[in-house]
Amino acid sequence: MPASDDPQLVPRGKGGRAPDPFRVGGWVPMREYRDDEAVDFAVVGTGAGGGTLACRLAELGFTVVGFDAGPWWRPLEDFASDETHQQKLYWTGERICDGNDPLVLGANNSGRSVGGSTVHFAMVSLRFRPEWFKSRSRLGYGADWPLDWREMWDYYARAEQALKISGPVTYPWGPKRPRYPYRAHELNAAATVLARGAEALGIGWAPTPLATVSAPRSRSPPCVYRGFCVQGCSTNAKQSALITWIPRAVAAGAEIRDLAMVGRVETDPRTGLATGVHYCREGRWRFQRARHVVVAGYAIETPRLLLNSADSRHPDGLANSSGLVGRNLMVQANQAVYGTMDEAVRWYKGPPSLSLTEHWNYEDRGKDFFGGYCYMAQGPLPAGWAAIVAGSRGLWGEALRREMERYNHAVGLKIVGEVMPDEDNRVTLSDETDEYGLRIARVTFSYGDNDKRLIRHSLRAMRECLEAAGGVRELWEERDDTAHLNGTARMGDDPRRSVVDADCRSWDVRNLWICDGSVFPTVGGVNPSLTIQAIALRTADRIAALAARGEL
Amino acid sequence: MSGRYPGYDVLAKRHTPSWNEQTRQVIDRRLALPREPRFLAPDEFATLEAVCGRIVPQPAGRPPVPVAAMIDDKLHANRGDGYRDHRLPPLREAWRRGLAGIEAEARRRHNAGFAELDAAEQDALLRAVQEGRIAGDWEGMPPALFFAKRLVFDIVTAYYGHPTAWNEIGFGGPASPRGYVRMEFDRRDPWEAAEAAPGREAQARRDNARIG
Repeated sequence: MPASDDPQLVPRGKGGRAPDPFRVGGWVPMREYRDDEAVDFAVVGTGAGGGTLACRLAELGFTVVGFDAGPWWRPLEDFASDETHQQKLYWTGERICDGNDPLVLGANNSGRSVGGSTVHFAMVSLRFRPEWFKSRSRLGYGADWPLDWREMWDYYARAEQALKISGPVTYPWGPKRPRYPYRAHELNAAATVLARGAEALGIGWAPTPLATVSAPRSRSPPCVYRGFCVQGCSTNAKQSALITWIPRAVAAGAEIRDLAMVGRVETDPRTGLATGVHYCREGRWRFQRARHVVVAGYAIETPRLLLNSADSRHPDGLANSSGLVGRNLMVQANQAVYGTMDEAVRWYKGPPSLSLTEHWNYEDRGKDFFGGYCYMAQGPLPAGWAAIVAGSRGLWGEALRREMERYNHAVGLKIVGEVMPDEDNRVTLSDETDEYGLRIARVTFSYGDNDKRLIRHSLRAMRECLEAAGGVRELWEERDDTAHLNGTARMGDDPRRSVVDADCRSWDVRNLWICDGSVFPTVGGVNPSLTIQAIALRTADRIAALAARGEL
Repeated sequence: MSGRYPGYDVLAKRHTPSWNEQTRQVIDRRLALPREPRFLAPDEFATLEAVCGRIVPQPAGRPPVPVAAMIDDKLHANRGDGYRDHRLPPLREAWRRGLAGIEAEARRRHNAGFAELDAAEQDALLRAVQEGRIAGDWEGMPPALFFAKRLVFDIVTAYYGHPTAWNEIGFGGPASPRGYVRMEFDRRDPWEAAEAAPGREAQARRDNARIG
């Protein structure tokens, strides 16, 4: 495409119009706000947290400007079926990783697009186990959330409806939930292996509830099982924030600014309240005035922005009187067991995780650790698979080629496992700076003993499942992968021990809100995106309620 | 090519509903990638080519995947991954130091450049790097870490991101907008690679000639 039309170089959301992600070359009108016009909410980040909240706030009648550092894609014209090229969806700005278990970031957990990581997430849309919202009092570990699971159950249902989640008629675990809006997807061979194994072991399994439609929905066609889900859906079957919340937000009068990197939240030196955000767009630093600022950059960029916004009144960063901004970073354990079958599996077909079991999220007997995990069928594409095979087994040369030739016969299971909050796992600022001159994040992570016991248990469980399934041989383990980012601005009841309250409102700066995975006090053993969206829906309702009472 | 998927060529699907225009452009650019280095110096590039030849040895009888040129392209564009282990320098610097370190080790062991060694000597040297059996470190960069996190990662993801590699492993390749229909064990859509059963190579070759 000509450079002038490259959405990575030239913003699309300007001049009173926004790209229509459903039409090649399409546009829709978009309201615009002046920089010096104090909008009700400046929302930094447009993914599962910020995109959802911006949409709902606009629909509730507030004036909203959303900012995203990334481009505003039209998937039909911008997305190729290609692993390498689609790395453009990931946050590839440098971050420095240390600790005993330095994290791998980028592709597996960080998005840089309007729509955030939901543009490349695997669409797995699960609810927390109810007890996790009170894990300290009910289960003896972690921290209690200031939220009630029954209220969250309602918001989960609303999020599932909004995204038309495709899932089973009955879900085997947890309290009653409404039927999933769309029918479950069929299983591919890789998912069938999990189902066979679970049946043989006598544990529950289910088709994975997924945010990709199994039947037509408005302008989304049903999923065609092309399998490039984590490379970005080029047909718009995936119900990402890019094609759900963002178009609704624009229709409701929000302005979204793409390629707009927010570098600093400004506060009034007298009142200490936020006055707006400094952002860089088209090579120029600008300042958007706002009555409220929402930070929704996910659990690395959110603390980075708050720490980079330090001023004389907030020398340790904004919203950080507790000292907890950046602390308690929680990834999720993402270990796997793989094997080989005589049959052709061809796991590249369909969404990567079409079946799962939450057995070890809901069964506590026989555990030597706190927390839980689910595990799912897998379907990596060739380059990703090569990185796993080479990275986990140290294979190269002819040995690697031979293993790779069995790609169509490989099968595997992978956990999403609960990692305990630990204040020493944290995001701080490095002395290195990025292209905007902003200090980059240093991400420190080490597994704790409990995490290691959970991982050991899960590897054994997945091995048993594959063995029970029959026909899977030569099992081996991927031990060092992680997924998702949470916990660096936790919510709580006590300002001394949390960064925000149950409404995602900063204790210190009352017109500053944080709405993304950062607010999680614990992560549970399921993918976080549905919970992030449910919290955002609740936060919007709470903001409206507070506004109606004059308490905003 | 023979092998598991005889005659399979993912590029034969270029004008089918499995490839959209954006994908055609992206793959065309990859196939047209300059073979001459734009970032690395010629001697560095020669070392890199020799290293790639051992990490992903390629069969004779077909045009090789230009793995070294793909790495050089990544370095030229300075396309980072979004993270780096704190013990490693940034992308470009890591490769510079790593290639210099491999070259220095070859001279120390054999008094010759890495590219001049025979395959067994090259493999032994790379094995020593992988296992950290190298005297000293490379300007503060641990050789084994560079090998695992940078060298092997960049090389194998480049190679298996190339259509020629997809042919070898029977990957369906680009799949938009058509996608797939047959999801069960041992089922292939007519536009997927046919795998040769023992003694049935001719049948697979015929099926693969009809992919489209």
